[in-house]
Amino acid sequence: MILATMASDPVVYGTFYDPAVAVTALPWLLFTILKMVIVFTVLMVGVAMLTLAERKISAWIQDRIGPNRTGYGGLLQPAADGLKNIMKEETYPDAAYTPLFILAPMLSFIPSLITFAVIPFAAPLSTRWGIVEMSVANVPIGFLYILAISSLGVYGIVLAGWSSNNKYSLLGGLRSSAQMISYEISMGMAAVSVLLLSGNVSLQAIVQQQQGMGWNVFPLLIGFFIFCVASFAETNRLPFDMPEAESELIAGYHTEYSAMKFSMFFIAEYSNMVTASALMVTLFFGGWDIPGTQWDNLPPWTFLKFALTLAFFVAKLLFFLFLYMWIRWTLPRFRYDQLMSLGWKVLLPLSLAYIVITGGAVLALDMLQVPRSVQWFGISPFWAALGVLNLVLAVLLFVLLDRGRIISPAYSRLSPIQIARLRAMSAGRSLAASQGD
Amino acid sequence: MTIQVKVLARPVADASYVRAMLSGMALTFKHMMNPHKKTEQYPDVKWALSPRWRGTHRMLTDETGKAKCVACGLCPQICPANCIKLVPGEDEEGNRYPLVYEIDEFRCIFCGYCQEVCPEEAIHVGRHYENSEYSREGFVYDLERLTAQTHPVCEMWDPADPKGE
Repeated sequence: MILATMASDPVVYGTFYDPAVAVTALPWLLFTILKMVIVFTVLMVGVAMLTLAERKISAWIQDRIGPNRTGYGGLLQPAADGLKNIMKEETYPDAAYTPLFILAPMLSFIPSLITFAVIPFAAPLSTRWGIVEMSVANVPIGFLYILAISSLGVYGIVLAGWSSNNKYSLLGGLRSSAQMISYEISMGMAAVSVLLLSGNVSLQAIVQQQQGMGWNVFPLLIGFFIFCVASFAETNRLPFDMPEAESELIAGYHTEYSAMKFSMFFIAEYSNMVTASALMVTLFFGGWDIPGTQWDNLPPWTFLKFALTLAFFVAKLLFFLFLYMWIRWTLPRFRYDQLMSLGWKVLLPLSLAYIVITGGAVLALDMLQVPRSVQWFGISPFWAALGVLNLVLAVLLFVLLDRGRIISPAYSRLSPIQIARLRAMSAGRSLAASQGD
Repeated sequence: MTIQVKVLARPVADASYVRAMLSGMALTFKHMMNPHKKTEQYPDVKWALSPRWRGTHRMLTDETGKAKCVACGLCPQICPANCIKLVPGEDEEGNRYPLVYEIDEFRCIFCGYCQEVCPEEAIHVGRHYENSEYSREGFVYDLERLTAQTHPVCEMWDPADPKGE
């Protein structure tokens, strides 16, 4: 009976247009090359500008001014930094294992760039030769591709740490592998809740599902929370920057690197940040969807539509990038045991339980024939029901998270109640000991 | 211009990480929107010096352009850093004047005693601080260089008006 209900479900998310009208053959090849070049260039320039944005935002948060000498307001600072890094000497430590030492930055750099290839960044564009999909590669297994490739980046870090033959580097590499493994699980689990709603791992289908129903951030609020925390850990950003940990490990895995090889780790970190932000936007914030209108997800695919959806995508992306920086300059680093206990004792059970709850709720709502499409006041009942469930769960979760039960701060004085409890405990213990004698 | 440091109270009981994080983020956002900037853009914008600033020396001159110094020898006598070199001379009318008057700005501690002790109000410490040189010898200012200085001189502390009002 359940199967029958599922089969009768009319909602199937897929592509936005008939594959027959897509560009083919030579124009397809040319358009793909063009998209590759443009996305690569924009990503590289964006990463360069992000380093400047990071320095500016950190300066403002710390009541400083930030770089303002090169170019207007310091706009040429990334160019100056790049030039400096190219001109500097490449050092090769005597004790390092040179082949892997050279290979490691590339291993870290390349996966961080190619993960962006499957992100849909705008509405399709109709051209004379057919409809052009606005992602470099419209892979039907987009999300699995991202999970697979982004976890390759850790090899670069681990190999850099090992091949440097330096205790700090090795510790950084070890920490990063432990951290990546711990948080990748909860990241994937949190994303499964999105897949339960979309019924498809293609990122285009996920965007389409959100356009029809509303952004996933509300019906999957806790999933978003877990995904957000895990992706901060995945990108090695504060408060999870254990692999680098300047104050403990002297920059960790890239202690021994100089010049452009160091710069490549830096670029990898920032492009990982861009990809993680793009993923959060795509999975939970509707991708290139313009909120409050259906105009953007229906043909004709004009240039105006392309430009507007692109602008919305970039705006959402920038918000998440800003969030990354804002959190970096607010929160201190976790202790290593806190990091591990958050990953394994909190996020993993939480995400597992969340999959069960979401799966059950989606099944129940589908069985009750709750419509997924927008019904009243521009709200889909399916979306609203799941959202209310999540709000209730979130309130429960954050009341539980509260009071320091999950992550205790490094320092807190004992309250009178705790002292009384400890005294009672020790009194009871001495009493039991005296009775035992 | 001391910066006020706000010392936050430590939490008594187990603190909530979530709430602490949110309040921390609110604080940093507030600072980002409205930074309390203290940075001075030094080479572009110069620091406003106090009228009592004691910096590079300056020898004042009379109407004829000659140094006011009468080579009485009080300033080398009082100088705690022993950085003033004075060789007195006398002209045919019996007026004393400095044959050699050198101040080693590198040794000087800028206490301003020379200005306080000078009976002719000739030697002054000045409101000026940019005196970098390429060699140690460059810091020894001779009479010609001391008279050629143009910066405003220090207003010494007046016991009758301790706050400079």
